[in-house]
Amino acid sequence: MKLATRRRLSALGVLAPPLLWTLLFMFVPYAIMFTYSFYRKEFPIFIPDFQFGNYLQLIQDSQYYTVFFRTLKIAAAVAVAAVALAYPLAYFLVFKIRSPSLRAALYMAVIVPLWVSYLLRAYTWKTILGSEGVLNSFLVWSGILEGPTDLLLYNQFAVVLTLTYIFIPFVVMPVYTALEKIPRNLIEASQDLGVGPLRTFLGVTLPLSIPGILAGATFAFCLTFGDFVAPVLVGGPSGTMIANVIQSQFGIALNWPLGAALSIVVLIIVLSIISASDRLERAGRLNLG
Amino acid sequence: MTNIIEIAGLAKTFPGGIRAVDGVSLEIRAGEFVTLLGPSGCGKTTILRLIAGFETPDAGRILLGGRDVTDDPPYRRPVNTVFQDYALFPHMTVGQNVGYGLRISGVPRAETADRIATTLRMVDLLEKIDSMPAQLSGGQRQRVALARAIIRQPKVLLLDEPLSALDVKLREAMQVELMHLHEKLGITFLLVTHDQREALVMSDRVVVLSQGRIVQCGTPAELYDRPATPYVADFIGTSNLMRATVAAIEGDEVLATAGLHRLRGAAHGRRFQPGDKVLLSIRPEKAALVTDGSAAEPGANLIEARVTEHLFHGHALRMELDIGQAAPFIVDLQLSAAVETLRLPQTGGRVAIAVPPANVMVFPAEAQP
Amino acid sequence: MSATAIAEPRRRRRRDPSFWALGALVGLILAFLYLPVIVLIVFSFNDNIVTTLPLRGFTLGWYEKMLANEEMIAAIRNSFYVAGAATLLTLLVGVPAAFALDRADFPGKTAFRRLVMLPLTLPGIITGISMLNLFRVLGFNLSLETVILGHGTALVAIVITQVYARLMRFDRRLEEASSDLGGRPWQTFLLVTLPNIRSAILGSALLAFTLSFDEIPVTFFLTGRDNTLPMYIYSTLRRGITPEINAIGTIIVVVSLALIFLSIYLLREPQRRSRAT
Repeated sequence: MKLATRRRLSALGVLAPPLLWTLLFMFVPYAIMFTYSFYRKEFPIFIPDFQFGNYLQLIQDSQYYTVFFRTLKIAAAVAVAAVALAYPLAYFLVFKIRSPSLRAALYMAVIVPLWVSYLLRAYTWKTILGSEGVLNSFLVWSGILEGPTDLLLYNQFAVVLTLTYIFIPFVVMPVYTALEKIPRNLIEASQDLGVGPLRTFLGVTLPLSIPGILAGATFAFCLTFGDFVAPVLVGGPSGTMIANVIQSQFGIALNWPLGAALSIVVLIIVLSIISASDRLERAGRLNLG
Repeated sequence: MTNIIEIAGLAKTFPGGIRAVDGVSLEIRAGEFVTLLGPSGCGKTTILRLIAGFETPDAGRILLGGRDVTDDPPYRRPVNTVFQDYALFPHMTVGQNVGYGLRISGVPRAETADRIATTLRMVDLLEKIDSMPAQLSGGQRQRVALARAIIRQPKVLLLDEPLSALDVKLREAMQVELMHLHEKLGITFLLVTHDQREALVMSDRVVVLSQGRIVQCGTPAELYDRPATPYVADFIGTSNLMRATVAAIEGDEVLATAGLHRLRGAAHGRRFQPGDKVLLSIRPEKAALVTDGSAAEPGANLIEARVTEHLFHGHALRMELDIGQAAPFIVDLQLSAAVETLRLPQTGGRVAIAVPPANVMVFPAEAQP
Repeated sequence: MSATAIAEPRRRRRRDPSFWALGALVGLILAFLYLPVIVLIVFSFNDNIVTTLPLRGFTLGWYEKMLANEEMIAAIRNSFYVAGAATLLTLLVGVPAAFALDRADFPGKTAFRRLVMLPLTLPGIITGISMLNLFRVLGFNLSLETVILGHGTALVAIVITQVYARLMRFDRRLEEASSDLGGRPWQTFLLVTLPNIRSAILGSALLAFTLSFDEIPVTFFLTGRDNTLPMYIYSTLRRGITPEINAIGTIIVVVSLALIFLSIYLLREPQRRSRAT
């Protein structure tokens, strides 16, 4: 056999398993989900069909689009809040900490919670915000409140707070990387020209770190958009999000076609946001030359 | 002597349409030290990689020791390679690196240990046997790479720019070491380099390449004295090149006019006709200067010139002269007792350049490279 | 280095007000990140059935209760089984995929890369539901094994990205050198390639294990009658809080911190480590 042919065959051997896996467990499931979204529900089963009833229902039934808008709002709030908190953190680490080992240690301290049990991090906020929780009992004990309040838990604010808390490390990572890439001499040059620190920040640092901000905000937004654990734990009925609705379509409501349609819409929204931010990021990078 | 390497009609085009090797045929005798020489991108490294088996040719055959290995993977070919940046295994000690080739072919432990020690002694690195590659200097890594490649006693040792990462002094020392190693081992060395001096110093034969083709193949002396093309003349050493037109043919001598100058050159068997466009090539060290007091060799060409620059090169003095052409004419003078620097013409001084006809090489003008 | 020379005069300027203001803000944010975890740990030792202040006294009772909780122990066992098998699966698929991305050129490579990386940014619920659909079509009964397949799919991107990143830095000529010295492809892989990417494989495997151990969205849709630990915690939480959860939570936090630090150590650039010796 020719050497080149033999090499191509052995490459195929390495290539085949992951390709088949991806095809079977990623491409096919998405395709099935897509197909289901056109099925019709006839209690207690659903039958193959090709009709847009499920998608129409999403537009016509206020129950669904209200949740959609609420989810968009919460995801946007989380993205903004996480960036607002992560940015100073990353900025401080990159520009104000001189010792590389201290900087690395602090960076680790910020990043590590990312991988520590998501469920537990959401759950602790339930214990903190609850009416008998840590915060309430602290406020009562210290005399700020006369009696415990139940305003802290089971609302959209609690969801935003919890998810912001969870996704801060996710945002710090890309912002930190973006800030680190900014050449120091650019900032020094700006300051040498007599430009004040604030204007240097607004004119040089901030614009150059936008790719990192975009990447971080996209992460936070997309992951919030599909979250269903935090709303259940701390959101209450008014904090219900789209993933909870999807979950119930596949559970109690037993309306898989509608759930599939909802999932497809979520998928499309998330994918278009990812690709939009990708394109923006790339455009930004081109401007830098 | 038998041919250890036979290459016929080798061709390789890379994705993107770059013809790296374009119909190369070459025969190398057992025990020879052959160098592939050329600028970067001339295909020399690709030829080496094709022989080693890292690349597959689009066309052509490769025979090693009479056996067709074109379709053999690298591990079945009786050659070993010294890589440009050494490619030492970073996770193994020096000893493990050197012994790798024996270990994987199942040579008994005791014998492996013996041969590692012998080989490391040969490159004078026995005391580093337990060091990691990262702890070695560039020259030491180079020698580990050599030891690793020769321990299997290959029929052919392939060396890909092995000295390019070393500084000048170390490089010259290693050139000598490589030549000694070649003598001692008696195996064939095929070296790739872009450094013509390295090629001339070490090789029995040099193969000059350009754009994937062999331009000339010969001993260093042949290449130097009888370059086949102006490209080779300029690549091996330096040359003053002058465009000229053939005025007359007199036996093996060609009379040509270049601007205002009339020069006699040696045709070296090439056939010209009056009116042919030619390139004249004169080596800077084969020209002499004639000042008012001294006399030129009888029969030498004399070129009127004005000195424009003096450049001291340590053992030699390079002079740039204006002879009424676009490029300055270069003459190298060996600084020996025979040349008294004080009596040399000063910048701006008028002199004549004297070149015997035998030292004026005549090439057809279209034969570039 | 010239950087130290420049840094010298600035060290005095460092105590400018913006440093302290920003530093205080950062301190608050760090506190925000860590206080909840501290709360979790503190209350796992607090002698009170309600998670409320003031603290009442030290107890190990919640840990004892946790160990006596057979349902929870079963869930832990299930989680180990799922995370172990899923990690193995991510390696079996992810390592070849990383090699394919690094070395092979094939039609649809970009699409393959995008698809296989998707679960990194895609909400878990999408992966969970799409695979639920697949298993329904295939007629599989939901079980821990379907969860394993789901986790494998969701987490394979972690192995791929880490191993791919390491392969990009790996000098291919080391493989050529091995092959040149007579190494068969399998010898070259075992003796040269693997030792150089081993720490990336181990690191990403630990990370995948930790994440699988903690996974909810995919598990939620794909599990049958058996519960994994996070699913068990999740379902108890909906009924109400018990300090037992704090106890198991503390253990999870401590163990996963250890695994994460180990994996970060393994995922570091290999050159930096060797230079230290």
